[in-house]
Amino acid sequence: MQLKEKPVYKEIDAVIEKYNKPGGLIRILQKVQDMYGYLSEDVQIYIADRLKLPISEVNGVVTFYSLFSTKPKGKYTIGVCLGTACYVKGANDILKKIKDELKINEDETTEDGLFTLRATRCIGACGLAPVITVGDDVHGRINPGEVPKILSKYREKDVDTNIKNKDKVSCFRVAEYIKE
Amino acid sequence: MITNIEALNDIRQKAKRQMSLRLDHKQDLQKYDVLVCAGTGCISSESEKVREKLAKVIKEKNLEDRARVLRTGCFGFCKLGPIVVVYPDKTFYCQVSEKDVDKIVEQHLDGGQVVQEILYKSPVDDKIQETMDNITFFEHQRRIALKNCGIIDPEKIEEYIAVDGYFALAKVLNEYKPEEVIEIISASGLRGRGGAGFPTGTKWKFTYSVNSDQKYVVCNADEGDPGAFMDRSILEGDLEVAIEQARKYGLLGKNILGTNFNFDVELRLGAGAFVCGEETALLRSAVGKRGEPRPRPPFPAVSGLWDKPTLVNNVETFANVPKIILNSPEWYAALGTEKSKGTKVFALAGQINNTGLIEVPMGTTLRTIIYDVGGGIPGGKKFKAVQTGGPSGGCIPEQHLDTPIDYESLNSIGSMMGSGGMIVMDESNCMVDIAKFYVEFSQDESCGKCTPCRIGTRRMLELLRKITNGEGALEDLDELVELGQDIKEGSLCGLGQTAPNPVLSTLQYFKDEYIAHVKDKRCPAGVCEKLRRHRVIPEKCIACGLCAKACGVEAVQGEIKKPPYKILDEKCINCGACFEKCPVGAIERG
Repeated sequence: MQLKEKPVYKEIDAVIEKYNKPGGLIRILQKVQDMYGYLSEDVQIYIADRLKLPISEVNGVVTFYSLFSTKPKGKYTIGVCLGTACYVKGANDILKKIKDELKINEDETTEDGLFTLRATRCIGACGLAPVITVGDDVHGRINPGEVPKILSKYREKDVDTNIKNKDKVSCFRVAEYIKE
Repeated sequence: MITNIEALNDIRQKAKRQMSLRLDHKQDLQKYDVLVCAGTGCISSESEKVREKLAKVIKEKNLEDRARVLRTGCFGFCKLGPIVVVYPDKTFYCQVSEKDVDKIVEQHLDGGQVVQEILYKSPVDDKIQETMDNITFFEHQRRIALKNCGIIDPEKIEEYIAVDGYFALAKVLNEYKPEEVIEIISASGLRGRGGAGFPTGTKWKFTYSVNSDQKYVVCNADEGDPGAFMDRSILEGDLEVAIEQARKYGLLGKNILGTNFNFDVELRLGAGAFVCGEETALLRSAVGKRGEPRPRPPFPAVSGLWDKPTLVNNVETFANVPKIILNSPEWYAALGTEKSKGTKVFALAGQINNTGLIEVPMGTTLRTIIYDVGGGIPGGKKFKAVQTGGPSGGCIPEQHLDTPIDYESLNSIGSMMGSGGMIVMDESNCMVDIAKFYVEFSQDESCGKCTPCRIGTRRMLELLRKITNGEGALEDLDELVELGQDIKEGSLCGLGQTAPNPVLSTLQYFKDEYIAHVKDKRCPAGVCEKLRRHRVIPEKCIACGLCAKACGVEAVQGEIKKPPYKILDEKCINCGACFEKCPVGAIERG
């Protein structure tokens, strides 16, 4: 999980320069996470150092808010909305089906680095309940039976764009995918 | 730059003329404004693609001087998205897809004929309703906070000025002293729309009376209630754009409208924590810290953002203020009930035909909301409960549906107003499971600072899991009640103080379901996996054999074309595969 290249750090410096004002930590973390997909320990230490804050404070904020992730994510993050509207419309069955299909649990990434599964809070599209998001796409009014079809759409897309890696993908590679 | 009210008025007049199709419904111009909903629901169902294609086809057909395509805020009828409304007639097209675009342009915008196929059809009587004004969903509503949604383009400040935007500010700056403004808000009876319903005027008075060199106003838009989307719909579009435009016109910054009043706005983004809806937690989050609440007093009115006196109000509360100033406090107070004035925005969702965003006068009954505005329960199913107030609220059963809603009445039946989430549940929902869902949420979102909330909700969740797994005992129900009371009394902030409500209210109104779980080891709604049984309804079975094929443990037996099939309880593992596969709904669970 080491991110050692210098350009990475330069990018963080640019973010800090732009957003460093009193109370700006959350905004900086958001921007840095946008770049890498997650906030590794090294990155948190670097930010703490630059902002002259205790590492515990930066890590405390990162672990407090649900939108921050300390683990790398796959190419597509699947968000299963578990807001109340989706829940009463059977979102739990959909989550279960996706777990079965991908053989992973929540907050885990498939071995091929393609999918990360997350149960999310309400995304506000209650009219389409139950809803899942895959990357930036929203799939609404779905039932568990439709899950395999939706997933295979992304698998095929992945083969098309020739990013599929036959070997087991390391965490670092996953981070690179997100940058691409 | 706008330096006085006359200049503001000039912009209003000019923008109004450009919006005459929408504001005056001028019918004789042979021109159209085509409004495409850009609310979260419609964007999710790809309204942007529809909008792009509309613009493209209009251009190709050289109709640009006849029809304009615009983005607008949530119409509220999210179930039917993407929604396209054509002014001046307010023709209401729903579930519009890219393939409908050519027809809309050719037939309607060019030919003047409404496209019948994509008009709204009432689920009650199958009648086609051509314009927005004819649809029952809108009939019982009264839009004040949401007034501009579905009319203006939220990213064009001139359109907001055309509908009297900033005129309340101009009135206040030119005509009133601060004390008079506070008096107006107090007289209107407006109460905090974030959930607790504290009188807004009183809060303003407190903050005003504290002496300090600097004070802050914070608009709380940290909307974390699952199944609620009111505030985000009021704050439609890109806020950065709106703030930038206001700055350009001098409506934010120094010497606003030529007076000595200085004010500016800065956005602070949260990062996902339900507890940050609580004001002291929000203020910590806004300065980049963990959003943990602190004991009050001191209230934010005395010591808030950067330890300065701070006024914190919710988005919807602020949205009502300009209308009160422009109309009058009496006008506002004439709406609603004795103690709760005005209107309330609700996000209506769950097992209901018309999912969407609604605004009704306080005092409207739950029955009107669910059956008239909401169009009732889909699929002929039976209503079971309506949940208001999100994880802080309770589940209200059929017997209380005629309660006129206001802050006090909802409290008295074991729920609360909350920020406006309203989830309808039918017979297919298990109330024990719903209670577990909410406690899971509160437990997960508990910041961990105080013990009753941190450990109490955890213990409650353990008990509920035990019950839904079929290992519960009757004593567990008493323990849930006792624990719930303790958490309510002992917790530091609103999250903990209200977290037991979903459990206590379901225990009060749906105790029979709990008893079925602990005594009969049965989940009547067939939701709790370990307690459900599957059964073939012989009269419905068509003996297609799909269920037997789907079964992984050979628990379904029968012969093709010789109904009915049968499920063997001793082999069945209750995975539900047959239930999902059955094409005619001949398998029931419960």
